[in-house]
Amino acid sequence: MDKFHSLKGIAAPLPIVNIDTDMIIPKQFLKTIKRTGLGVSLFYEMRYDNDGNLIKDFVLNTSPFNQSKILVAGDNFGCGSSREHAPWSLKDFGIRCVISTSFADIFYNNCFQNGILPIVVSPENLDQLMTAAKNQIEFNIDLPEQIIKAGNHSINFEIEEFRKERLLQGLDDIGITLGYQDKINAYEEDKKNKKPWLFKDT
Amino acid sequence: MSNQGPKTLFDKIWSEHLVGQREDGTNLLYIDRHLVHEVTSPQAFEGLKLSNRPVHRPEATIAVADHNVPTINRQNIEDPQSKIQVETLAKNTKEHGIQYFDLMDQRQGIVHIIGPEQGITQPGMTIVCGDSHTSTHGAFGALAFGIGTSEVEHVLATQTIVQNPAKNMRISVNGELPFGVNSKDLILYIIGQIGTAGGTGHVIEYAGSSIMGLSMEGRMTICNMSIEAGARAGLISPDQTTFNYIKGRPYAPGTEHWDQAVEYWSSLPSDNDANYDHEIVIDSSEIDPMVTWGTSPEDVVSVKGTVPNPSSAKTENKKKSIERSLEYMGLKPGTKITDIKLDKIFIGSCTNGRIEDLRKVASIVKDKKIASHVQAMIVPGSGLVKKQAEEEGIDIILKDAGFEWREAGCSMCLGMNPDQLKPGERCASTSNRNFEGRQGRGGRTHLMSPELAAASAITGNISDIRDFK
Repeated sequence: MDKFHSLKGIAAPLPIVNIDTDMIIPKQFLKTIKRTGLGVSLFYEMRYDNDGNLIKDFVLNTSPFNQSKILVAGDNFGCGSSREHAPWSLKDFGIRCVISTSFADIFYNNCFQNGILPIVVSPENLDQLMTAAKNQIEFNIDLPEQIIKAGNHSINFEIEEFRKERLLQGLDDIGITLGYQDKINAYEEDKKNKKPWLFKDT
Repeated sequence: MSNQGPKTLFDKIWSEHLVGQREDGTNLLYIDRHLVHEVTSPQAFEGLKLSNRPVHRPEATIAVADHNVPTINRQNIEDPQSKIQVETLAKNTKEHGIQYFDLMDQRQGIVHIIGPEQGITQPGMTIVCGDSHTSTHGAFGALAFGIGTSEVEHVLATQTIVQNPAKNMRISVNGELPFGVNSKDLILYIIGQIGTAGGTGHVIEYAGSSIMGLSMEGRMTICNMSIEAGARAGLISPDQTTFNYIKGRPYAPGTEHWDQAVEYWSSLPSDNDANYDHEIVIDSSEIDPMVTWGTSPEDVVSVKGTVPNPSSAKTENKKKSIERSLEYMGLKPGTKITDIKLDKIFIGSCTNGRIEDLRKVASIVKDKKIASHVQAMIVPGSGLVKKQAEEEGIDIILKDAGFEWREAGCSMCLGMNPDQLKPGERCASTSNRNFEGRQGRGGRTHLMSPELAAASAITGNISDIRDFK
């Protein structure tokens, strides 16, 4: 997995609440069997009209926001489906950090599987960062120090230690768990005796 | 979470499935059953191949294609991409020795319908699937939640998942349900109360006499939409209703283990003095049949109500959000809900595509005709639901009323197959999400119960089942 250490750049403001995964990447793009190539379809229905032309005033279609690596968005970002196509499309577009007041659980988790840092801030801080984003002020995201700097603002954020380490080191989660294979096998042997009906094959 | 003291249903399932702690402090949770479908699995199988990893326990996994499948002609999937995705699932499951119900198998259907139907879903299990509506299986007292594709790969490779415990929330609904009010109305009402982020970080346990009085089908509808309240999972205590439902199903415990299983299942309900991080108590007499007016499942109102006015919003953000929804939905504030005219009716989905739902619809539309300006379709949740309905003559009643009778699949709930709304079309839908573009670009979705959708199909307007004759 790609590592995440720090990030510098302007941030795209998207002041909409409850941005769901259907908005982030609509269903017609879930038919792929690859993880890549979805960036062009990110926020498809907000970015393109019915004829497939760019909607000029949508933030990610305007310069310099079309180069954003950071997104600042309203409450409950990523609600809805479990589709990992949502973080895949963000990442393929170039976005590596999303800032909001809250994230849906599955989306939040999916971000970390893909080297994307979701940051939770207070409503007051979100307002400040949204304004800074609109004013094209450069953001500086420092994961080791857990700080967002934007203009005069310096905002600390929380992140669980294991998630931070995984991003910093780009760890392979499955590889780590396979190191516990003996424990998994022992668990299964124990349950085969205690709850034999669970081991009836599907 | 301590191992001592009273425990909730969630706590009990959690501690039974803890394999151990990894060095990074995270918990490894054992997964009893893994359900796999065509949309969120190809990249996971590809990942296994690239790293040369086998599937740890293929017999704990079951696969079916549901999202992409056509509901008219089963022989041929016209969309080449959909076709590749379905074929890829067939190939991957064959390669890894995973049981797969193909499109011609009568057991094929929506993954969350067939798990319970086959007896795969059982109390006390952990169940995952690369689909957010996995919460459905919580109706059996199983800890069931949706996961992303990377986690699908993790479960295939290790039969475990990396998780930290959720918080406990209990929502108790007490009292006899008023006439015309059923499980869909309950869950829409609850989401309206707590909001789409109200359950974030929590597992919601539904309790109280109104909940425990529901059939398994009704309980599944409730748990299914837990994700729409932002919850990680929904749970309902297993009881005799649960055991009766499971007994005799193909993958249920056989006679040799049945008593042992029931004894264990009976130990699962939350202890009396268990502690919850949040508690909500609702009196069911205050609930009306509910309908959504906007583009989030929390945008609910009584069918007797009106479209809200943005100026009544408490915050500026909420006001903007209502304005945006109303513009998308093409609705004016103050419009009576029952004055909203419909173009399409969709009855089906993992929320309301079970036999009980179809029976209710049939009882309402029997000997009637759908309004001349609406198109109505019924998509059974599985091939076996369809077969059952046909044995009961339900298909004849529905077809006589003017409904299209389709093959099983997710269909217009998310419109990955050809079943989609056109821009501006307005649909009464028994599904679970009314997001912008969900049922088709520009499509306008009103979520409601099968009863309301059936009555609305006949009148052509959103209708209150209580006024329907």
